[in-house]
Amino acid sequence: MFELLSYEFFRNALAAAVLSAISCGIIGTYIVSRRIVFISGGITHASFGGIGIGYFLGINPILGAAVFAVLSALGIEYSSRKTEIREDSAIAIIWALGMAVGVIFVFMTPGYAPNLMSYLFGNILTVTATDLFMLLGLVFVILIFYMLEFKNILYIAFDEEYARARRLPVNMIKYVMIILIALTIVFNIRVVGIILVISLLSIPQTIANMFVKRFFNIMVLSVLIALLGTISGLILAYLFDIPSGAAIIFFLVVLFFLARGFKYLFRSL
Amino acid sequence: MNDTLVSIENVSVAYDGITVLEDVNMKIKRDDFIGIIGPNGGGKTTLVKVILGLIRPEKGSVRYFIPHNTGHSKIGYLPQVHSFDKKFPVSVQDVILSGLPEERKLISRHTKGDINKARGWMEKLGIGSLRNKAIGALSGGEMQRVFLCRSLISEPELLILDEPDTYVDNRFERELYEELRELNERMAILLISHDVGTITSYIKSIACVNRHFHHHPSNIITEKQLASYNCPIQIITHGDVPHTVLGKHDHKQDV
Repeated sequence: MFELLSYEFFRNALAAAVLSAISCGIIGTYIVSRRIVFISGGITHASFGGIGIGYFLGINPILGAAVFAVLSALGIEYSSRKTEIREDSAIAIIWALGMAVGVIFVFMTPGYAPNLMSYLFGNILTVTATDLFMLLGLVFVILIFYMLEFKNILYIAFDEEYARARRLPVNMIKYVMIILIALTIVFNIRVVGIILVISLLSIPQTIANMFVKRFFNIMVLSVLIALLGTISGLILAYLFDIPSGAAIIFFLVVLFFLARGFKYLFRSL
Repeated sequence: MNDTLVSIENVSVAYDGITVLEDVNMKIKRDDFIGIIGPNGGGKTTLVKVILGLIRPEKGSVRYFIPHNTGHSKIGYLPQVHSFDKKFPVSVQDVILSGLPEERKLISRHTKGDINKARGWMEKLGIGSLRNKAIGALSGGEMQRVFLCRSLISEPELLILDEPDTYVDNRFERELYEELRELNERMAILLISHDVGTITSYIKSIACVNRHFHHHPSNIITEKQLASYNCPIQIITHGDVPHTVLGKHDHKQDV
């Protein structure tokens, strides 16, 4: 096993596993606590439009996805605040639009679209130095922002109207958080893929919430569970030559049922 | 000496073209204990939200003579119970700490002093043993005590309570009103209630807010003005107010 560490691709994959777990553990706790999993699903799928355009223009598809994800995240946040459109309907439209744009541009791109599957399902074993650099930057920004604003993030997520009555900077925090959600989703696409990234943002948190009940503790435990998931998934993917995203999520779902079983047994003892 | 805390001047609010509050004038003074009554949908909560700055009035303005700006407010607020997610992963102590003014520090966390302050309030209101519980695990009465702690921890100069008696039992209701009477020595209180009979012996003055849902828009103005602060007429309309209240509400007429 240890000779694997001498391969650069494996060291990259390990680093991605760690950074992915930190970003998804922290941001996912906000998503699950605020019950905005559906919004995050919308942003995820909308980002496929950017991937398609990235292919078509010959630029890094992840950059295209980042632009699409951030714009759709801001659009959802804005429309739910300022317009009469029902939020879930707005999400459904953006969700489908992104997928449609993505498919159109991938088909318009001459020749075969290489690695398309790795965007849909993720491949942690092929992350590049660029992917890692973006993920590292993201984790850095998340940690700084949480260090400066943790109380406001928590209080606004818990009771937004009260936070407004207390004159907390509600809009600033919400806009920054929705951008961080969008970027977390996009930079983790390489690791688990568009189809599955939402699980990495919600399964570890659901497991953590079975054992701890405070926002901060859920965050910390989620990072650890996500780390267990990404590293186990990485090893499974390497050993059995299966897509890493699927391996990670499958492992986490098994862990979820084990945790349920453990809770059940523990209670009946 | 000016002991006005908040002054509401010519405020009108409309939702989707329907006027909810019209031309409201009100001054809240340091020693006030005002009971706000009125039918459901009459604009009581809207008025409170205007005072808190949650709703921007269409016309008129709200002026503050106590701090109420970014991260620092001397207005305590107890909203109606159902305004948050009961499954949100947060402890009782965290909820109470969220009532403190925002302090700009490099690391965003509470000090020992903050936590002691929260514990002091919890002990005072008899919920010290609940501090590590999840907020959703509490009963209605316990939850109201938590939210009362949250609104008091910042030592407000004005305390606004929006139907604090909705989800609680009679015993807590009495304790709450006794507590408020004591607090009124240090802060002005604005209490929304639909149960006029119970609050009359605690409050110092009464205000009625009523939204008249009329199909004839031309009638709205006069009816609204009656409803806003001409209490006696409105009280008689409501029917169930003891006569003793009528003599006490006179100082509200500072329009």
